[in-house]
Amino acid sequence: MKIHEYQAKSVLSRYGVPVPRGEVAFSSVEAADIARRLGGEVCVVKAQIHAGGRGKGGGVKLARSIGEVEQLTKDMLGMTLVTHQTGPDGRKVSRVLVEEGLQIARELYLSIVIDRASASPVVIASAAGGMDIEEVAATHPEQILREAIDAGVGVVPFQARKLAFGMGLDGAAANKFAKVLAAIYTAFVETDASMIEINPLILTRGGDLLALDAKVSFDDNALYRHPDLKDLRDLSEEDPLEVEASKFSLNYIRLDGTIGCMVNGAGLAMATMDIIKLAGGEPANFLDVGGGANAEQIRNAFKILMSDANVKAVLINIFGGILRCDVLAAGVVAAVKELSVNVPIVVRMEGTNVEEGKRILRESGLKFTTADSMGEAAGTIVAQAKGVR
Amino acid sequence: MAVLLDRNTRLIVQGLTGREGTFHAKAAAAYGTTVVGGVTPGKGGTIHEGWPVFNSVHDAVRETGANATVIFVPPPFAADAIMEAVDAAIPLAVCITEGIPTLDMLKVTSFMQGKATRLIGPNCPGVITAGQAKAGIIPGHICREGSIGIVSKSGTLTYEAIHQLSKFGMGQTTCIGIGGDPLIGTSHIDALKLFAADPDTEAVIMIGEIGGTAEQEAAAYIKASFKKPVVGFIAGQTAPPGRRMGHAGAIIAGGQGTAKEKMDALAAAGVRVVQSPADMGAAMKEILGR
Repeated sequence: MKIHEYQAKSVLSRYGVPVPRGEVAFSSVEAADIARRLGGEVCVVKAQIHAGGRGKGGGVKLARSIGEVEQLTKDMLGMTLVTHQTGPDGRKVSRVLVEEGLQIARELYLSIVIDRASASPVVIASAAGGMDIEEVAATHPEQILREAIDAGVGVVPFQARKLAFGMGLDGAAANKFAKVLAAIYTAFVETDASMIEINPLILTRGGDLLALDAKVSFDDNALYRHPDLKDLRDLSEEDPLEVEASKFSLNYIRLDGTIGCMVNGAGLAMATMDIIKLAGGEPANFLDVGGGANAEQIRNAFKILMSDANVKAVLINIFGGILRCDVLAAGVVAAVKELSVNVPIVVRMEGTNVEEGKRILRESGLKFTTADSMGEAAGTIVAQAKGVR
Repeated sequence: MAVLLDRNTRLIVQGLTGREGTFHAKAAAAYGTTVVGGVTPGKGGTIHEGWPVFNSVHDAVRETGANATVIFVPPPFAADAIMEAVDAAIPLAVCITEGIPTLDMLKVTSFMQGKATRLIGPNCPGVITAGQAKAGIIPGHICREGSIGIVSKSGTLTYEAIHQLSKFGMGQTTCIGIGGDPLIGTSHIDALKLFAADPDTEAVIMIGEIGGTAEQEAAAYIKASFKKPVVGFIAGQTAPPGRRMGHAGAIIAGGQGTAKEKMDALAAAGVRVVQSPADMGAAMKEILGR
């Protein structure tokens, strides 16, 4: 689960990570009040959306007066911000963070993620902060420092020193860095974060280290033990159909093609998207109905699929292990009748009770095309989707 | 011979008295697996569906001589269940549970250092040795005995591979679902090493998906020392970056972990990589010259 920058900073500051003074505003009046409380000097107005690259897209602006804060906020609220991470449609800005401006001496990079290969949290740090870190990794890999953390031990001070001196910090700054790193690591562990990224971590001219930006995401599987963090979810940042699907425990991700897919199992669902593409079509979505799907789930899945106006045809690909094909077929027939689905549907089923399932489809009086293999199913559905205009 | 499971397997089920545990214990027994009991803390001393229930894995192992466990325990308690199995020194633990927090798995990984247990999963369909035994949820009736090993991150895509092999008259030795989480007990390489040492396994289908670098590491291992033919498929060629595709581990992060880099690495290692998931069986038939 992703959260906004201002939420991330609030979480991190609870663990002792220094952040600039600032507050979130939902209106220009609120923004002006915040600027006044901050002392009315140089402020930064930052659009809050769940995507990076905001600065380049015009979502981060410097203001030199309270009036300017008010005007910039007015301009930003309601605007659609397009960055390299939002896709071409961009994201609508509905809140801004108003922060004190700071005198920056150096910009560093600091993040913690789980490294799968070593099965440990790894700290990544770089003296090249404030830039796209993937680009730094590609062009100047020697500037990326990595330190694997023993989960049972936590960050050992020498590791913090190694990173700090590696980034060229002096003794005083290195001590501050060790404290910041320890705080961020504690936050990572105690919130079940999947990623904490501070880019940039700044050294001010006064010698202080602060998190000027913060990106935090949490492990969805661990949210059950963090009810307070769960409340930070901003549904307006997510696709409405995906939000709706999640209410039915359906794993749905909207894409921009025309062929709706309904599949059981995440791997098979991805493979189904792949084979549609190979056959010359474009998948409209990823949808895993899960292993224990029943008639009700199939109905919900159809509802979600058909709410996407781009869907011109539907491919159902089910390998029934525990999920029986006859149950699936009955569910599909009921859903298609109830929801008056009128796009072509190709059904490919295999596994438990497949013959009975096929009979139910045949005798339903509805127009299904059945396919015996994934290859055949993909070819047929792509042809049918192209026939519909 | 096969790997991991065979006729000598004595299986216990952690979470036996739950709905899933009960259902799949019966299915395993019906397939011919010797299921010897189960563990549900607090229900020790009772009998469930004819099987003795124990309070701890230690008790179960001592009383039944179990040498494998399959874990159907809800996510908040699953890491605990795995570590209990490891502490009881049971040789094989198969964890089916989906949704275990990553930091819990970090503890498990650390706890397992230097211990005797092999963990399969979590978030996996389990293991089946065709015609002999199964631990998990892979439907037994789709398998047939033969000489192909399967290692896969995905459940239903494994069934698809089994089905395609069967259509061409090829059976399986053992099918291993290693799971789709970022932290798992047994990797593609570990599974390949098992198949390398198994004289009954003639060739392997390896199924991966986007996320992480396990497939690239497997490719390096194959190139250096795996002598048997391999057919490979990677799911997620069309997956958008930054999105978690169902499995917790299936995400292209920072441009890393794409299907293409995995497919290229495998192809460079001499693996017969198929672009289409419909071609796994046919490719195997072809490289074996059948």
